[in-house]
Parts: sequence; C-alpha cells; structure tokens
Amino acid sequence: MTNDAELGLRDRLAKLSGVKLLRGTRLSAELERLQRQLERLKDDTSDEEIWKRVELARHQERPYTLDYVERILDDFFELHGDRGRMDDRAIVAGIGKLDGRTIALLGHQKGRDLKERTRRNFGMAYPEGYRKAMRVMELADRHRFPLLTLVDTPGAYPGIAAEQHGQGGAIARSQAVMARLNVPTVSVVIGEGGSGGAIAIAVADRVLMQENAIYSVISPEGCAAILWRDASQAKKAASAFRLDAAHCLFLGVIEGIVPEPEGGAQTDPAAAAVLLRESVVSHLAELEGIAPEKLRRTRRAKFRAMGVYA
Amino acid sequence: MAQMAATDKIDVSIEHKQATLDDGTAKKHPNTCPGCGSHYRDDELHAHLRVCPQCGHHFPVRGRERIEQLVDQSSFAEDETALRSGDPLEFFDLKPYTERLAEAEVATGLGDAMITGTARIELLPCRLAVMDFSFMGGSMGSVVGEKFARACDHAVADGLPLVSVSSSGGARMQEGILALMQLPKTICALEELHDAGGVMISVIAHPTTGGLLASFASLGDVLLAEPGALMSFAGPRVVAQTTREKLPDDFGLSESNLRFGHIDRIVPRPELRPVLAQLLRLFGSKP
Repeated sequence: MTNDAELGLRDRLAKLSGVKLLRGTRLSAELERLQRQLERLKDDTSDEEIWKRVELARHQERPYTLDYVERILDDFFELHGDRGRMDDRAIVAGIGKLDGRTIALLGHQKGRDLKERTRRNFGMAYPEGYRKAMRVMELADRHRFPLLTLVDTPGAYPGIAAEQHGQGGAIARSQAVMARLNVPTVSVVIGEGGSGGAIAIAVADRVLMQENAIYSVISPEGCAAILWRDASQAKKAASAFRLDAAHCLFLGVIEGIVPEPEGGAQTDPAAAAVLLRESVVSHLAELEGIAPEKLRRTRRAKFRAMGVYA
Repeated sequence: MAQMAATDKIDVSIEHKQATLDDGTAKKHPNTCPGCGSHYRDDELHAHLRVCPQCGHHFPVRGRERIEQLVDQSSFAEDETALRSGDPLEFFDLKPYTERLAEAEVATGLGDAMITGTARIELLPCRLAVMDFSFMGGSMGSVVGEKFARACDHAVADGLPLVSVSSSGGARMQEGILALMQLPKTICALEELHDAGGVMISVIAHPTTGGLLASFASLGDVLLAEPGALMSFAGPRVVAQTTREKLPDDFGLSESNLRFGHIDRIVPRPELRPVLAQLLRLFGSKP
C-alpha cells in the first residue's frame, strides 16, 4: 500500500473510531473486536482472512432475512406477489413494527434445506421479485413507512424466463424507485451482496454491512474465471476485490458496519439480531427528522459522488 | 456486468475486447460479414454505415464513427475529455489495471469507454453520451459513470434532451464494488434529469449487457435498439450453463426484447438519425 493510501486510511480510521461507526452498539466486547479488526486493515489483509469472510457470508447456518424478521419486528405481516404475474419467493416483503412504529421490510431470502433452497431459488430473484419489491417500496412511500431492506443474494437469477421478463430493466427501475422515495431508507447487507441483484434493493440513505458480509460487483468465482481464466483463483479474486465490510467502508460505499457475535452471526442468531436491530433503530432515528425533499436529494448526491477518477 | 451465479461458470465473450462479438466468427476478418460471408474494404463498410449491403447485418461501430453517422456535420463539440480513471483497488489480475487502461487508451485514442458532448441532429440541439465497445469491452467504471452523470447535469443546465448510445459488456470488474456503484450513480443523475422535465432517449447497440442494461440504458423515456443487438442482463453462455436448456435462437436479441415488451422499436442504422430527430421534435426540441 502506498504511503498516501496509508495516510488516508489512518485518517479515516481515526474518524471511524468515533461514535459514528459504532453507534447503536452497547456490547463493549463487540466494539473492541470491531475496532481491532479495523486496525488490522493497516496491514494488508491476507487472502485467507478475506476468504474466511466469504465463507462466513455464505455459511449454511447464517441467519437469513426471515430469521431476523421474527427477532426484530413485531406483528409482521408478509406481503406476497408482484400484482402482475407471480410471487417470487427469493424476495420477502412485508410490514411490521420496529420499536413501536410500522416499517416496510424487503429482503432476499435463501433456504436452509434443499427443498426450501429450491423454493427460494437460492435467493436469486426473477424480475417479478424486483417488481414485488417496487410495489412495496411505493406502498411505504404512500404511507410514510420507513423502509428496511436486507440484502443477501448471490445475484439476480440468470435464466431464460428471467431475461424474457426483463431482468435488467427491473433491476434498473427498482433502483430508480429507491432514488425517488420520500421516506427514510436503510439497507443492510447480511450475507452476500451479489452485484445487480443486490444493488436493486440497496439504494438507501444508509447502507450498512454486517461484519462478515460481502459486497461485490461479481462473485469471486466469476471474476476468477474471467480475469484469471481459472475459477480456482477465487481466493485471489476475492482479495483483489476487497469485498469485505471494512474495505467497503474505506471505499465509501457503505456508512457503517454492524458487529456480529464472535465467530459470526451463525454462532448466536439472537445476539446477531439484537446488534442488527440496535443499528437499524439508531440509523432510522437519525433520519427521521429530515424533510422528505432533503432526504431524497442527499441520497442521490451520495450515490452521485461515488467513483474514483481524476 | 458479468452476471454472478452460484456456479463458477460465466460468459467470457463480452468481457474482453479481444473476444469476438459473435459466436462462430472467431477467426474471420472483422470486415467479413458473419451474416452472409461477404467481404468488404473498410471504406466500403464506412460508406454503408457499417451495415452489410447484401444481408443487412449490422457491424459494430466505434464511438466517434457513430457520432459522425448521427449528427449534423461538424456540429459535435466534445466535453469532459480530461477524465481518467483512478485505480482504487490497486487491481492486478494478469496485468495491473493501470496498464490495461493505458493500453486501451493507446489502442482506441479514447480516455475511457464513453464520449460525451453537444451536437445537432437535423438542426435540433441535444446532448450525446456514446459508448465505445473497443475500450475495455465498453465496461462501465468510475469515468463512464461520471461522464454519463455529467451529461445529465449539462442536459438539465442547458435544457437539452439527452441521447445515449450504449454498447457495453457491463460493469468494469477492475474497479470492484465502485463499478457496481456506477449503476445507482447514473440512475440518480438520470432521476434529476427526469425531475427537471428533461428527456432521455436510449439507443441500444450490440452488445448491451449486465450493468448497462441494469442501469441507465433501460431507463430512457424511449428505448430504441439496432437489429440483432444482444441486450440481456446475463450473457447467453451464463444462462445456458445455469439452466442447461437450449436457448431460443433469438435469445436476448433486440427482436426478442421487442416481442417481450422491453423496447419501443428496432431501428435499422440508416433510419436512426431521422428517427431520433422525429423523437426530439415530438418531445419539443426546436432548431
């Protein structure tokens, strides 16, 4: 790493060690661990360490959207269907109470056993899933419900019907709808933040990542196959991408990291849910007082500023 | 954007500029028509807008030649020519990203995969954002995203319509997550244009896939496509490998997209200029 980059990183870390990043967390052990993890960024993170996060993000026991819904929302009512063609089970949607007020929720949903995995299409949505997402975003806007989205997908489904039903356009329009919302929006990547399928529901005022989540433009395997012409180079690709939460924070793509219990969210889903809930509640509280027009303008300006060029 | 799947199989055909645009034409000369096998001198193809006079096959068009085809003579004024990509990830695959960028610039004479500026089409002033596939497969990184966003800003400031011509394999992998962020970035800029009452006409040329189709290219007020242009989110090979089904012959092509309702019209290249002028007039442009 160049000296300039290291200086920038130090500067950023100094800022991050303040309240901002760690807000919403009262568990001091988790705080310290997260702090240590960020400190380690100064040394180049090893391929192995980043790969460990990829494995944790894809861990079979990792809590999925509905595991969090039942722990953080009261009175949840699931909404089904895109009002056009079908109910895509790779995306769940609904309304429920968070901290006493109604919010709208959207999230990718993976399955735990083989049958459920197939039913959920491994968390890979068809355009119908994004159309269901859009109608629920619009519902939230109409009723002034804050919107929480949980991102956990390997990517949008690459199938014949998915293409015929307009996968690319649906992902584009879903982002455009989010860019238009007049209500506070928080997105949390809780596992795999896979490419277009992820960003479709992550154009939010606050984008957070769980400590062991990943967020990337293409899967490490896909990247390795293309750039190295060898899918077995996935570890190398994963580390070249810097798809872990700490690096995404450093690149300015996310606003904060949500700590997980030691060893990953799967070791203690209940504790992971508490940490997630506290983070979301405090971010929503901060956004609550902001005028709708300003909220929208700030959100657009944030994404408008992303990129590195000279 | 290269589609990611749970599998490790992926379509590489659109990711490298060395790759051919059509299957089965790998060893053929670029001026040999993949449709009918006729061979042309470069000036012949140029004179025919790079459309095969025998069978109507549309050859790829570079960015500058596209602009020359579309706009009134010497009406194009390019802007934002100084923008160059950074290397936020210090990305290194088989070569460093900075080296790939430098090579692409030397090979294409372009700073990145998009050319922007003002022009007139049949006397009607407009903003243009035209992609060039030969610069790293037309992939969208920070510079393409920024140029498109600035084109939207300028269109708002000048009260001009925006015409985009896409040709891209998707997001530029070498910029990692920041390349993915160019999707919401271009969409947010376009939303500002739409809020200001501006119009965007999106022309889809072969190939427009991945992140381009999942962002601004799909969000024009009117979507036009060239005949036989591939426009799909996932490439045909990824889909074939994922689903293990035989793909329909016209899978992902503009003809199929028209049938399924994703575009407004297929416009053969010689008609593109008058059709754009007609649309600009309908949306209220005056000379």
